[in-house]
Amino acid sequence: MTCTANNSKFTREILDLLTITGNLHIVIMSEKQGMRALILVGGYGTRLRPLTLSRPKPLVEFANKPILLHQIEALVKAGVTKVILAVSYRAEQMEEELSQEARKLGISVIFSHETEPLGTAGPLALASDIIKQSSEPFFVLNSDIICEFPFKELADYHRVHGKEGTIVVTKVKEPSKYGVVVYDEKGCVERFVEKPQEFISNKINAGLYILNPSVLNRIELKPTSIEKEVFPGMAGDGELYAFELEGFWMDVGQPKDFLTGMCLYLKSLRQKAADLLYNGPGTVGNVLVDPTAKIGTGCQIGPDVTIGPGVVVEDGVCIKRCTILRNTVIKSHSWLENCIIGWRCVVGRWVRLEGITVLGEDVIVKDEIYINGGQVLPNKSIAASVPEPQIIM
Amino acid sequence: MLKAVILIGGPQKGIVYLYLQEFTALGTAGGLYHFRDQIRFGNPDAFFVMNGDVCADFPLGELYEFHKLKGSDALVTIMSTEATRQQSLNYGCLVTDKATQAVTHYVEKPSSYVSTLINCGIYVFSPEVFQAIGEAFNLKQQEYYRNGNGSKEAGYIQLEQEVIAPLAGTGKIFTFQVTNWWSQLKTAGSAIYANRHYLELYRTKHPEKLCSVTGSGDAKQDSHIIPDVYIHPTATIHPTAVLGPNVSIGKDVVVGPGVRIRESIVLGNAVIEDHSLVLHSIIGRNSRIGRWTRVEGTPSDPDPNKPFAKMENPPLFNNDGRLNPSITILGCYVSVPSETILLNSIVLPNKELSRSFKNEIIL
Repeated sequence: MTCTANNSKFTREILDLLTITGNLHIVIMSEKQGMRALILVGGYGTRLRPLTLSRPKPLVEFANKPILLHQIEALVKAGVTKVILAVSYRAEQMEEELSQEARKLGISVIFSHETEPLGTAGPLALASDIIKQSSEPFFVLNSDIICEFPFKELADYHRVHGKEGTIVVTKVKEPSKYGVVVYDEKGCVERFVEKPQEFISNKINAGLYILNPSVLNRIELKPTSIEKEVFPGMAGDGELYAFELEGFWMDVGQPKDFLTGMCLYLKSLRQKAADLLYNGPGTVGNVLVDPTAKIGTGCQIGPDVTIGPGVVVEDGVCIKRCTILRNTVIKSHSWLENCIIGWRCVVGRWVRLEGITVLGEDVIVKDEIYINGGQVLPNKSIAASVPEPQIIM
Repeated sequence: MLKAVILIGGPQKGIVYLYLQEFTALGTAGGLYHFRDQIRFGNPDAFFVMNGDVCADFPLGELYEFHKLKGSDALVTIMSTEATRQQSLNYGCLVTDKATQAVTHYVEKPSSYVSTLINCGIYVFSPEVFQAIGEAFNLKQQEYYRNGNGSKEAGYIQLEQEVIAPLAGTGKIFTFQVTNWWSQLKTAGSAIYANRHYLELYRTKHPEKLCSVTGSGDAKQDSHIIPDVYIHPTATIHPTAVLGPNVSIGKDVVVGPGVRIRESIVLGNAVIEDHSLVLHSIIGRNSRIGRWTRVEGTPSDPDPNKPFAKMENPPLFNNDGRLNPSITILGCYVSVPSETILLNSIVLPNKELSRSFKNEIIL
């Protein structure tokens, strides 16, 4: 045990060093001593189209970093050395990019391919050989979740109560839209209630878990829902505990929530690492700008804007509550609100984009165009205004 | 009540304007007849009559020369132009003798197709026309006293139906057919179309009235101009603003940095703030548009692919009771806040908008 503790302290130090030096290439640690995590990547990410038509969803940058890397980096900080990605399709681009990131982080990434959709529990059975190599508990994550990822605290809590599993729960305003988790004052889960009509609890399953390998005995290799078919049984046996999440939580799997999640993430950055936020001239509120992006004069950027690497924002542009992805150009006098602008787009002068407009990769919007709630497929050139929400093919 | 505004000819400087007001609505010829003594004062050889709602490149000199050529029998010459078969039904239609240009048949707004040659509402009359109008007047009087009090005044005479139509086929009425630009101005939507043509006329006839494209050090001149653009000399245009084509800027208007205006009319004392866009719209006097705001209408120009097509004047509302998309019109003293969009809307005067509007009439 002492050895593990020392090792994880050492790991943290190395990772701190890694954060500072960025590209430092380190291969460290014997994998046996680290923890493992399984991320349920799943399908193609159709809800995040048209972005996912050019890039697998886990690689779509959320706050200038692929969604999956937010999770992997947090896992690494908590001592995870082996990440299993449960995917239902082969994405060579993703495998290659993530393998590179894994090398940088000094961890190993394993792709576990489902030949048929296995739900949220089946992939665990599929990867059971890897998981069972160690008796250590392992993390399970839904891939679209963004929060402050308190994996270290979660693991500590799990070890203290000593039961088979812990699920992370988060507080929501309107629990009737979700399945809620009912648990006692110690955190022991009693039951789950799907879309309760009367208020029972405002805590919902946050899609993050830590489980002992013994849980695999409860899962068969067939399409299974971990929430509906595995957890209720564990709760019945008194083997499931709830861990209350601090701070924000968002499922960023669709454009509207992606933007809401971005606002929450930037707000959290303001509190935790304000120096990472941009405060150049014309900034309003929380804005994240990659150092390689260029912003012209007389702009009003923010609140709640993320600007990616190589982006050029010309003079006199107003951007609010948007994510602008890599190498896009926003020309002068344009006004954008509630948009996700894909990679390598060109938005013309005096353009107005609003109403959860999403531009796919390499979209050109001509001067003086208005788009309201348009989902524009990659490589399109828009020469006529789209005043009502629609998909532009 | 109709106001007859009659222009009495003479050297340009010495034009005398007489504003003659009918005591009650007298129809298009009743007013002429009522004021016949003022019109005939000074014994003119002829006089022009124009409908107040027509815009055109008026070839009045040629029209008058043509009228003179037709000799002393000619009482009326109507300026006419070609329309599409379908649109001709909305106008007065003429049938002519191709050799003499005499009008052989005239129907006002026929219900079935008569001719594609339409009345432009621009005429030359010989003073003797008053005899013909007098006959129509007398007929009316007799009818009036025979039938008792009708709904209309005894002196109510419609020029087209009661004077011109009976004259057709008598050899006393002729038409001068033109291909010059001509349009009615019945709705605000036609104003932008008419403005474009007037600016075009300025370009050929009074280029000094238009904004030049080349810079001369003067901030106004150096702004980006896409012809044709008219800017009142008292207006202030920021050098980074881009204006045109078809833009008219009124007296004391202020256009801020990075503003874009196209196909629009901005009336006196209006202010357009930084980075805003104005398309296919009329901005009323003393109105104010905030920053990064988009004011946009839908053009309703005549179909450019149909020869002789005229402006359509669609009803304000369609069959579903929805507003037909048209240009955006702001009344006077309207304020539009920053970062909003105003699309295909009509805003009555003195409104202070607080949000975006689309396809609405803001009362």
